[in-house]
Amino acid sequence: MSALFEFLLRQGDNTLVLGHRTSEWCGTAPALEEDIALANTALDLIGQTQLWLGYAAQVEDKGRSANDLAFLRDVYDFKNVLMLETPNHDFGRTIMRQFLFDAFQVHWLTALTDSKDSHISEIAIKSVKEAKYHLERSRDTVIALGDGTEKSNVIMQSALEYLWPYAREIMSDDAVDEEIASLEIAPLPSTIHESWLQIVEPTMRDACLKIPDSNFVHNGGKTGLRHTEHLGHMLATMQVLQRSYPGVTW
Amino acid sequence: MVAVTKLSTQEVWALLDKVPDPEIPVISVVDLGVIRDVQWNGNTLNVTITPTYSGCPAMSVIALDIKTELAKNGLENVHLKTQIAPAWTTDWLSAKGRAKLEEYGIAPPQVSGGPQRCPNCKSAHVKKISQFGSTPCKAQWQCVDCLEPFDYFKCI
Repeated sequence: MSALFEFLLRQGDNTLVLGHRTSEWCGTAPALEEDIALANTALDLIGQTQLWLGYAAQVEDKGRSANDLAFLRDVYDFKNVLMLETPNHDFGRTIMRQFLFDAFQVHWLTALTDSKDSHISEIAIKSVKEAKYHLERSRDTVIALGDGTEKSNVIMQSALEYLWPYAREIMSDDAVDEEIASLEIAPLPSTIHESWLQIVEPTMRDACLKIPDSNFVHNGGKTGLRHTEHLGHMLATMQVLQRSYPGVTW
Repeated sequence: MVAVTKLSTQEVWALLDKVPDPEIPVISVVDLGVIRDVQWNGNTLNVTITPTYSGCPAMSVIALDIKTELAKNGLENVHLKTQIAPAWTTDWLSAKGRAKLEEYGIAPPQVSGGPQRCPNCKSAHVKKISQFGSTPCKAQWQCVDCLEPFDYFKCI
């Protein structure tokens, strides 16, 4: 598997898995406006997935399409970071997960707009507009709920504590990242950490939330080595049609 | 087989200006700025489209509506090409499109990031209800004076 293909799968699987998770809120969000916001965010992420996995399929050049990559792979072929496959649990955790991802994604996609690979820079230019908009909402909502009632503060603090060990997997580097960086296709993900913190720390301060004092990071999602038990359940739902009726189209 | 009717690209642009946006039927796909190029390549008509939001479900309907409208006018051999760069921006909305949006009750996009005025009573006292609205391209706002909620076309 080429480093470029692997890199593109990571981008596309992140947006696909978070997009699907977010879409699980459709029709059940706590308020109509939030229902619409979650569905629209999911839609943007699925749209970005089509671009990433579409290019991945083209790079792989084995006759597979973006749909094949999304619906005909199983758990260990997925290269998304673990945080994005964690269950929604409640609205607080969903919005905290979105914020921790958006804060990375805005800086990451901005960096990718300078990629030596023109197709990647085109996808980044398109996607970063949407990511900035997502960050605006997720940051405001994290602050509103953290600095809300006693109850909402407790829920947001517990969301942050649950997600914190997962949040920085996306900024860990491996051999694929190093090869991609040497080709000037993308910077090392770790170089985003500082600017990510510059968004996360003041937001948590404004939200009256305390960042856990731990540097432990759960790894294994982006390399595909070790996913959580949740991804299999999620894929069983997401891929049910292709599993029941292989090759079905409409 | 009927001989290929070869309309000028200008005539094709005029036909496309009759294809309504499926979500906001008062403006055309040309007003929306998603049609980037129309060119003949031999007997094939190439139409280049740039999507608004990457996941906007209206895009497949737009593609179908374009093919249908052109087919009605004898243009069967049409190739639709999707192009993502340069990325679509609300700057591409036509002046005619902006005026029609407001008339329809949707506040047109402003660089300031929020609507200039209420599309109903024209008051400048407006507030945001939600950053997202009925379609990916819109947000929900409300007029503080007439109290009417309205859609605002997001500026991107």
